[in-house]
Amino acid sequence: MISVEQLCVQVGGFALRDISISVPTGSYAVLMGRTGSGKTTLLEAICGLRRVLSGRVVLNGIDVTTLPPAARDVGFVPQDGALFQHLTVRRHLEFALEVRRWSRDRMARRVEELAGWLGLGPLMDRLPQGLSGGETQRVALGRALSFQPRFLCLDEPLSALDDASRAEICAVLETVCEHSGVTVLHITHNLAEADRLADNLLTLKNGHIESIDSQT
Amino acid sequence: MSRDPMETVAGASIESTARRSRQSDTRFYVCLGILGGSYLLLLVATLVADLFYTSPGHLWRALQSSEIRYAIRLSLISCTLTTLLSLWVAVPIGYLMARVRFPGQRLVDAIFDIPIVLPPLVIGLSLLILFQTAPGQALQRVFPVTYAIPSVVLAQFMVACAFAVRTMRATFDQISPRHEQVALTLGCTRSQAFWMVVLPEARRGVLTAATLAWARALGEFGPILVFSGATRLRTEVLSTTVFLELSVGNLEAAVAVSLLMVAAAVVVLLLIRTKGSESSFNRPV
Repeated sequence: MISVEQLCVQVGGFALRDISISVPTGSYAVLMGRTGSGKTTLLEAICGLRRVLSGRVVLNGIDVTTLPPAARDVGFVPQDGALFQHLTVRRHLEFALEVRRWSRDRMARRVEELAGWLGLGPLMDRLPQGLSGGETQRVALGRALSFQPRFLCLDEPLSALDDASRAEICAVLETVCEHSGVTVLHITHNLAEADRLADNLLTLKNGHIESIDSQT
Repeated sequence: MSRDPMETVAGASIESTARRSRQSDTRFYVCLGILGGSYLLLLVATLVADLFYTSPGHLWRALQSSEIRYAIRLSLISCTLTTLLSLWVAVPIGYLMARVRFPGQRLVDAIFDIPIVLPPLVIGLSLLILFQTAPGQALQRVFPVTYAIPSVVLAQFMVACAFAVRTMRATFDQISPRHEQVALTLGCTRSQAFWMVVLPEARRGVLTAATLAWARALGEFGPILVFSGATRLRTEVLSTTVFLELSVGNLEAAVAVSLLMVAAAVVVLLLIRTKGSESSFNRPV
């Protein structure tokens, strides 16, 4: 479960105050809100990329508020994918596994599994420069899921995609969540996307969570 | 069917505007071409004049001189050492200045630029004074610097490093911090994120900083003259060779050595343009 309790985060002149949300284990939560409402800041705080002034981030019952990002078990997909320009698709999928010193065999099996889920087989030796927007997001998703995190934070991963690519990635997300059982918090502006994917729909407005709709 | 008179007038007006626009564009590019071309002409003219002033014989004789061969050797070694030292310092400084915000950062940033704006002779003089202080003299009793080979490297380093720092700062500024953040969520420590993600992505900037530092070191003269002296077969590098040959009236040898330096500079600049063309060197900080 992702649980955020009365979280306060300050970024320059902008502040998130007393934010509390809860995403049940294994569910897919979609967070909506206007541009500049603080959605990305909240996501970054959960990932450990923003210093928290007060409040707590609790993941599966463990208070991770002061833990570094590496210790949180959270996969992160930023808006533009942020692929590493010097690494091939295969090396992206291997990156977190190398950091964790997985064996060659185990790593190869995991990479093949991810490539299958995400349809990355023909792209494995390509560099990011040659990838389309949809392909970039699939690689970013594969990289974030590679180390089998229990939580996945997606920051508008589909916003820059055309309708066909968007539908394709939505299908990929559904498949991946079904296979991995990961708990997802997904930011989007797109209501259709939210309707398709969300178990829980959260809305962030004026620095506060104003409404929470449960669809299931 | 006859054309509407209003349509004809509008058509003539569009054509006239288009003609005026084309003429203006042509004049604009001609003016730019003349202004830029005059500087290009001056540069090429000086090189051509040098080339016509010397001959393969002069160049051959210069290369036969043991003093000049020593200067070439010392230049190559000192410039390479300076480049390595500059990168060793410029990469961490550039990264810190691009990523960390701290009180007095503007002042520190300005201090790093001092060697770029200071007259070269002043840098040499300042180094000389520094090594005359008590700590400087204590160091020199163990490790002689002034008027010895280490002083050549240190004098070159003072200026070359400032250019390397500027280049690395601009390079790291242009690499999105998002990449490091993603690496952190993937399990990296800060140090791993730097070595595995940031530095490989900055490789073109590192190459540019290295070539720039090497070229600056090769051309350095003022600080070396003051801090290292111009002793033949001791602290003589190519730039001091030109000065020494000129001072004894051997203009042919001075020009021959100058052309060697021009050739080295052209090779380095071509390397920058080809290998580092996509890096941040030419972009504003």
